[in-house]
Amino acid sequence: MKFFHLIWCNLKRKKLRTSLTLLSILVAFVLFGFLASIQQALVGGVAMAGADRLVVRHRVSIIQLLPESYKARMERIPGVVLATHQTWFGGIYQDPKNFFMQNPVVPDEFLNMHPEIILPPEQLADWLKTRTGAIVGRKTADRFHWKIGDRVPIQSSIWSKADGSRSWEFDIVGIYDGKNKGIDTTPLFFRYDYFDEERQPDRGRGLVGWYTIRVKDPAQAAEVAKRVDQEFENSSAETKTEPEGAFIQAWAKQIGNIVFIVSAILVAVFFTILLVTGNTMAQAVRERTGELGVLKAIGFTNAQIVSLVLAESCLLTVLGGVLGLGLACLIMPVLAEKLSGLLPLFFFPTRDLLVGLGLSVVLGLVTGIFPALQAMRLRVADALRRM
Amino acid sequence: MSESKSNNGPLVRVEGVDKVFHRGSEDIHVLADLSLQVPSGEFLALMGPSGSGKSTLLNLIGGLDRPTKGSVFVGNDRIDQLSDRSLAAWRARHVGFVFQLYNLMPVLTAERNVELPLLLTHLTKTERMKHVETAMAVVGLSHRTRHYPRTLSGGEQQRVGIARGIVTDPTLLLCDEPTGDLDRKAGNEILDLLQALNREHGKTIIMVTHDPHASARASRTVYLDKGQLSNEPVK
Amino acid sequence: MAGPINWFSQVFSITKFGLLSIPQRRGAVVATIIGIAGVVTVLVGVLSIAAGFKQAMTASGAPDSAIVLRSGADSEMVSGLSRDQTRVIADAPGVARTAEGPLASAELFVIIDLPKRSTGTDANVPLRGVESAALRVRDNIKIVQGRMFEWGKDEVIVGSGAAQEFAGLELGSKLKVGRYEWPVVGIFSAAGGVAESEIWSDAKVLQAAYNRGDSFQSVYAKLNSPGAFQEFKDSLTANPQLNVKVSRQSEYYAEQSEKVTLLITTLGFLIAFLMATGAVFGALNTMYSAVSARTREIATLRALGFGRGAVVVSLMIESLVLALVGGAVGGGLAYFAFNNFHTSTMNFQSFSQIAFAFKVTPALLVRGIVWAALIGLIGGLFPAIRAARMPIAAALREL
Repeated sequence: MKFFHLIWCNLKRKKLRTSLTLLSILVAFVLFGFLASIQQALVGGVAMAGADRLVVRHRVSIIQLLPESYKARMERIPGVVLATHQTWFGGIYQDPKNFFMQNPVVPDEFLNMHPEIILPPEQLADWLKTRTGAIVGRKTADRFHWKIGDRVPIQSSIWSKADGSRSWEFDIVGIYDGKNKGIDTTPLFFRYDYFDEERQPDRGRGLVGWYTIRVKDPAQAAEVAKRVDQEFENSSAETKTEPEGAFIQAWAKQIGNIVFIVSAILVAVFFTILLVTGNTMAQAVRERTGELGVLKAIGFTNAQIVSLVLAESCLLTVLGGVLGLGLACLIMPVLAEKLSGLLPLFFFPTRDLLVGLGLSVVLGLVTGIFPALQAMRLRVADALRRM
Repeated sequence: MSESKSNNGPLVRVEGVDKVFHRGSEDIHVLADLSLQVPSGEFLALMGPSGSGKSTLLNLIGGLDRPTKGSVFVGNDRIDQLSDRSLAAWRARHVGFVFQLYNLMPVLTAERNVELPLLLTHLTKTERMKHVETAMAVVGLSHRTRHYPRTLSGGEQQRVGIARGIVTDPTLLLCDEPTGDLDRKAGNEILDLLQALNREHGKTIIMVTHDPHASARASRTVYLDKGQLSNEPVK
Repeated sequence: MAGPINWFSQVFSITKFGLLSIPQRRGAVVATIIGIAGVVTVLVGVLSIAAGFKQAMTASGAPDSAIVLRSGADSEMVSGLSRDQTRVIADAPGVARTAEGPLASAELFVIIDLPKRSTGTDANVPLRGVESAALRVRDNIKIVQGRMFEWGKDEVIVGSGAAQEFAGLELGSKLKVGRYEWPVVGIFSAAGGVAESEIWSDAKVLQAAYNRGDSFQSVYAKLNSPGAFQEFKDSLTANPQLNVKVSRQSEYYAEQSEKVTLLITTLGFLIAFLMATGAVFGALNTMYSAVSARTREIATLRALGFGRGAVVVSLMIESLVLALVGGAVGGGLAYFAFNNFHTSTMNFQSFSQIAFAFKVTPALLVRGIVWAALIGLIGGLFPAIRAARMPIAAALREL
């Protein structure tokens, strides 16, 4: 890399112009990080889905309830290892703005079904001992400064207790973490038996929201899904069963074709950057016709001249890219804090960071190629004359 | 007439060379059936009015351009038939250039400018800088190595240009109006340097100039007019 | 001594020279214009989503209409009212009355899964059961194809937005609701409001299909006048038999659209802000290179007597002109690409899909132009100051 000094000094030629171009590129990559985070927040859940899990809901719509008794029938279906349920509680903690999910579950089944939820065994033991116990994810616990032992009141907009009140109280017995960054640690989970016994008998007792099933062989998932739906055909509550990934995917798609919108914006942004940087590089080469002629006279080959120009444009874009992506890595967590109510899973995935770095190199090559070819085609004698 | 080991006869042989430029629909015949021989160790001056084709001839000898017809030999190499890539490599090894306007890179220091041709070799950084040091000492600028061209006088810049031209110890040193942009005093210093390179270091130098004071320093002068070479100045 | 008239003509001349020199620097100029156009297009485009969504929600509520839910329910889905309660509400003071009775409709609201045309996957579509007064409570409902459903029959009518966004809702097709199949007998419009995203049936029919007994979820009532709202609300909240939340329809829908509108607006602004920052750097680049290319020319003008101020102002005007061109291009592009683009999204507050169209409003276009102008002014300011501060003699020598 003995040519590095030459390339670097050439970039320093017009410091102001180089800096401004660099800043444009930097901003573009911050934007890239931002859009990648938005995409992750809205549709990233799909990647976290369990390959061996299916979601069973009421055929008509997710808001219809299913009988608790279905569990036993499901577990008898060949290919099904375990079935457990959850229900939408729809509670509010202090203010509707503080939204997070709270679902009643069967504790040990639930944790068995979701190994990506990490709960220390002694906390699980406490949960099994405490009827009004609840475990809460680290994010929500940190947000409201909850500790184990706290008693938390939640108002349900849907479920009232037998005595008519809508105020439910839970004791925090555990705080769970996610196995990796993509796992949502905002929900709170409490005991189904407490929920079922306390809720008004004529309004849904014995009914649950949806089931999650573990299949023995993920390759057989579609088959098993069909069998489940067949089992409950023509009963009071028909089911629709699909792999967890498909379920989450469909949910995300309800919001809209987010991936498309994000990609469209990114294309617009990078196209613009391409123009700006390409223009800078073209100008830089035009101004240096004479110097390029000298290099050729000295004996630099065409290939070397092209490489020098490309290296220059790449250095510019990669530097801008690294700085921009780095800045994005710093800013996104701060934004995530502010957006945690609306978008709990907002973060900048590592995979996209790497894509961004690759993109910065590609950008350098694309913006540099035309000026590089122009430099290559310079006829030495003409170039020297022009000086 | 000193002969180098690698050839019997002149170092540079230009034989029956034509050079035609196409400007739009016009054809300009700059050189017509021109022949020239330059022995090794000679300090040759090429003189002639502007437009006579002296720079064109220099470019042909230096492998910066190809003749429309005819052949150019330097040493045993027939350079007009080399591919672009081979020509570049050939130039790197065999030719040093000195330009009227110095053509230094403003973003590099003097020593980095001199180093440029060495980047094309396989020498290590230490070895390269040693050669640079030597070249700078020969041109008498060891105290200005870290200066940028804009802080050097015209004469100093040209000396850096000469240092760059000799740093790879090339077979030929080609100078295109080296004193054209300098005042009398600085010009003389440069010519002193070139003469020293020729007499003490045996460098073969071909210099294009329109200044009789410069050509007086050469060991031989040829005159170019309307693409034709002669040993006598044009009337 | 330059008086005001002279000053203006100075500015005019310098600006004219500047604009005339554009062909020489067209690469950089085009890059800047496209950069600014890009910012404006994205800004206007993304905000038109929020504007369209908001418009669909607010077109829905007239100030003399009210909606009553159970207290504590923040959307119809989680609300619940008994038949008796709905009767009390319908008879409350302030409700408009006709010969047939009060203009109040007790309604059921559920969601049903239907494939979204654009993605092919299922989405939550609102299915509403209404009473006969519903058409007059919401006075902008028009049957545009087919006919209204017959009361008591298993038939539905579909909002034009829903028919466009979801598969299987054309006139004559059969809507599958659990085990039932109900024919679609009509398509209706609702002046662009939320109702257009819904499927309607007779409340009684829906109650039977969903085993709701005789319970409802909301009451929509038309009031005698906008002013009658307070009276209506007070009588209901004071009533010990009821435990209800009373709002004007317009307020209710505004509340329902809050979160989504906030999300889109916030994200849209952040994206556009980042792009604008990038565009400022681009504009600065163009203008600095313009200034440096014309150093001698500007210095000559100053040597001739043109004032510093005139130089600064003309350069800024030049930058502003380029930016405004970019803004106009961007706004125009956004308008043609996005205006009235139909789509639908899930309103997570109501858990159901809302069909709406992107709306590039005049206000948005103005905002886009303003952003472009700001970018142009900032981009022109620093280079202009630099040009004005250059020492004349040095600048004249510069090549």
